[in-house]
Amino acid sequence: MSTVTPQVDLTPEERAALARKSSSAGRAASIARKKATSPVASAIAVALAVLWTIPTFGLLLSSIRPEKAIKTTGWWTFFSDPQVTLDNYKTVLSTEGASGLGSFFVNSFVITIPAVLIPICLAALAAYAFAWIDFRGRNFLFVLVFALQIVPLQVALLPLLTMYVKAGLGGTFWTLWLSHSAFALPLAIFILHNFMKEIPKELIEAARMDGAGHVKIFFRVMLPLLTPALAAFGIFQFLWVWNDLLVALTFASDNTVVPLTVALANLSGTRGTAWHLLSAGAFISIIVPVAVFISLQRYFVRGLLAGGLKG
Amino acid sequence: MDISTKLLTMLLAILLFVAVVGLMLFIAGRTERRSASIVGYVFLFPSIIMVSVGLLYPAVRTIFQSFFDAAGKAFVGLDNYQTIFTSSDDLLVLRNTVLWVVVTPFVATAIGLLYAILVDGARGEAFAKSLIFLPMAISMVAASIIWKFVYEFRPDQPGVRQIGLLNQVVVWLGGSPQQWIVNSPWNTFFLIVVMIWIQAGFAMTILSAAIKAIPEDIIEAARLDGVTAIGMFRFVTLPSIRPSVIVVLTTIGIGTLKVFDVVRTMTGGNFNTNVVANEFYTQSFRASNQGLGSALAVLLFVLVVPIVVYNVRQLRASEAR
Repeated sequence: MSTVTPQVDLTPEERAALARKSSSAGRAASIARKKATSPVASAIAVALAVLWTIPTFGLLLSSIRPEKAIKTTGWWTFFSDPQVTLDNYKTVLSTEGASGLGSFFVNSFVITIPAVLIPICLAALAAYAFAWIDFRGRNFLFVLVFALQIVPLQVALLPLLTMYVKAGLGGTFWTLWLSHSAFALPLAIFILHNFMKEIPKELIEAARMDGAGHVKIFFRVMLPLLTPALAAFGIFQFLWVWNDLLVALTFASDNTVVPLTVALANLSGTRGTAWHLLSAGAFISIIVPVAVFISLQRYFVRGLLAGGLKG
Repeated sequence: MDISTKLLTMLLAILLFVAVVGLMLFIAGRTERRSASIVGYVFLFPSIIMVSVGLLYPAVRTIFQSFFDAAGKAFVGLDNYQTIFTSSDDLLVLRNTVLWVVVTPFVATAIGLLYAILVDGARGEAFAKSLIFLPMAISMVAASIIWKFVYEFRPDQPGVRQIGLLNQVVVWLGGSPQQWIVNSPWNTFFLIVVMIWIQAGFAMTILSAAIKAIPEDIIEAARLDGVTAIGMFRFVTLPSIRPSVIVVLTTIGIGTLKVFDVVRTMTGGNFNTNVVANEFYTQSFRASNQGLGSALAVLLFVLVVPIVVYNVRQLRASEAR
């Protein structure tokens, strides 16, 4: 490039500005070129997007069609013969009857809220200790917690169930709150520790100089700075607990504490052809995570990038 | 239990928890003057207790239990492991699990990568991405129900119309409808499709971030050298995002190894579609075979370790470079 336009008598700042300009021009050019040469690429992208969306769309459309129509014709006939009803949702949302999912919907909330709050609070404290307090055995404990991330929760289920039953907690919400919290802690501590380590050391040291204790620093300095990280993990954990099947299936033996995922899986097992109930039920279970995802997408993606998949 | 009782229980639990944490902080504040390092232990105490009782002890206990019989009473040595690797049912379970773990990560990553490249810099990129990403946010139970509806089969008789999309497409193309999730061995692949549908969004999100992080001057230099689009992908994009690709492959691989929800919801492990995680659940909680269930859980753990080790090694190598 310098052979084409000899850049003499330029300060580094000017040169940098020039480089930035030419690179943004390059990007614009590349986008223009891409647009010009890739109708095939656009077609593939659109095809993939349609392929990914249409299964969900089909079920959503089915959920507002009458039972008889769902069972005799495909959802695509809706466009030639539109019949709309809300009966499926009425049946599914009622708290009465065998096919009512209303109370399970409530259970999902009752399970999820403490199962998000408890590990976040505990992990924030633990992460602070690992990041900023000197004490003996710190490295050993940190490696231990770090390593526990890879333990599949399957290896913990059987002994935990025995322990809960012995402690008289069998079939209560406590089994789910405690299990989800324990399973979430290693990842939560790891993520929050990484965020906390990025906070400048001088900030903590200055607060220490002013005579603030760790408890005060944690609340006054750390928590406000940590809000995005807490939100990221909170959303991650919310969706994880809300969407969980295995833990709930193992511990929620009593119908009064069963969450929506288990109820839906059971409905699919016992009444696998009751598509008017399954479609509406599936949508009620989807609506909450999708709302969370759409409204807090940025945090959610950040949590995903930081923590990967759990389980 | 009615709704208000449930909400009250939840509120009480949260209050109890807040009280415990408050008490801890109070103790921490008190002891702080004597020694700052004690605060560290107080802060860690609840997490360490929960992780030890809820994860560490049960894991050790499960490993121990895997050497005992169904009732957990008599020591049987490696019999449970022998069963896993010799009985024809369990060999099928292992074969299916291998299929899942080999196919899902590569296909999901390939689709995610392709899509990330195609929509990179395009108009409406954010919207296009969220369409692919959305399956990631919903439960695997719901995803399974969505796909079960796509695969729904109606007998091929006059007057009977297909209500599942896939069979309708087959009929439109002049074929005859199939029981996609019943006919072995292809049914496993139709189940794997569901997992790919879920995981492609994860791959796309991470790889798209990696693509955007490739320095502009490298791309510019390659372009000035007249590199073609395919050459650009092979010699510039792929080498630059290699570490991210490995993270995505291994993460999806680990997730797939433990796949349970999809198999249980779609077939319940019937029709030769069973996998290790589902067989673990069946043996532990349905067949009350503690020993075999524990051995299957340990097997899952053992299979995760090499994937994680490979991942960490690759990360180290890419950091050292």
